[in-house]
Amino acid sequence: MPLPAILFLAQRASALVLAPLVLIHLGLAIYAIHGGLTAAEILSRTQGSLGWSLFYGLFVAAAAVHAPIGLRNVLREWLGWKGVGVNVVLAAFGVLLLLLGFRAVSALTGV
Amino acid sequence: MSDTENTLQVRVWRGGEDGKFQAFAVPRREHQTVLDVVTYIQRELDPTLAYRFACRVGMCGSCGMTVNGRPRWTCRTHVDTATGGSDVLELEPLRSLPVIRDLATDMTPFFEKWQKAQGRATGTRSRADDTHRVDPASPRRQAADAAIECINCGVCYAACDVVASDPDYLGPAALNRAWTLVNDDREGDRKGVLAAATAGGGCHSCHSHGSCTEHCPVELNPSAGVAGLKRLSLLAMVGGKV
Ligand code: SF4
Ligand code: SF4
Ligand code: FES
Repeated sequence: MPLPAILFLAQRASALVLAPLVLIHLGLAIYAIHGGLTAAEILSRTQGSLGWSLFYGLFVAAAAVHAPIGLRNVLREWLGWKGVGVNVVLAAFGVLLLLLGFRAVSALTGV
Repeated sequence: MSDTENTLQVRVWRGGEDGKFQAFAVPRREHQTVLDVVTYIQRELDPTLAYRFACRVGMCGSCGMTVNGRPRWTCRTHVDTATGGSDVLELEPLRSLPVIRDLATDMTPFFEKWQKAQGRATGTRSRADDTHRVDPASPRRQAADAAIECINCGVCYAACDVVASDPDYLGPAALNRAWTLVNDDREGDRKGVLAAATAGGGCHSCHSHGSCTEHCPVELNPSAGVAGLKRLSLLAMVGGKV
């Protein structure tokens, strides 16, 4: 299986997952601000919630797949950076997103 | 009419990549094509002007140039269309190809990519065999027919921004050819063609912005062919039959 085809599929599939999650996330943010919820009130609702852990866990995983692939295209086309180097750096970037994201999710939900 | 109304101000690219424009005044004529203008300059004003053409009727695909910023076949483009009614014509070689001199580009990379996309037929029968029967109404043959009349002019290649920014990208014309082959029942190596068209620099580099389709002078739709290849490559990946 050629790498470009795999990346193409992974980027589309992760976009499919991300689209509804982003909309719900934005809706939540607007709701929280309009409702005047404090950080403490938000945390009291998310701490220990398996549902929110799964929701944002999936969000993080999809973003960690989606973002590096897009960035790889930008670097290849705009800076002409190709070969193994760009793949290694962006794979590392994906792992970093995953780690930082999961850390944030666990801080939010405590799960 | 005064003289200026009967005269076209033509700026022509002279030299190689680092050349510059040279101005010529060319008499306006009715139904004048851009190629007529170039030919007039070469015959009447400066015989050293380098450019390429052959058929003059939109068959051979050798007369592509950048006309007022837009890639075009020059033998079938009227001056009025290209200038939009003004009297200024600016002629440059096609973009994204090495310039040999003046308006003539080196088409070698274009045709090399054609080969890299495996844009050539692989036969399965010999002359001893019966003719391969193809149903003209079958969806695959119709898809191939819709894309087959390419004249290799390189206009879509010059129009494509991904070609301009990514020297590895095979480009719309080569991939359009690959698309006709994967839809051709007579093709002996459809898997090979699809693999070549899907590898690095292949169909997945395309941004689907359709500049190729917008500029193709014979109104083909290479963008749709490239999208078709993407679809087939995904099908092949999940184990579908190609
Ligand atoms: S649709 Fe694809 S091939 Fe056509 S001009 Fe755009 S990027 Fe190039
Ligand atoms: S697809 Fe159209 S623009 Fe491109 S090379 Fe063929 S005829 Fe020319
Ligand atoms: S000279 Fe042949 S297509 Fe224009």
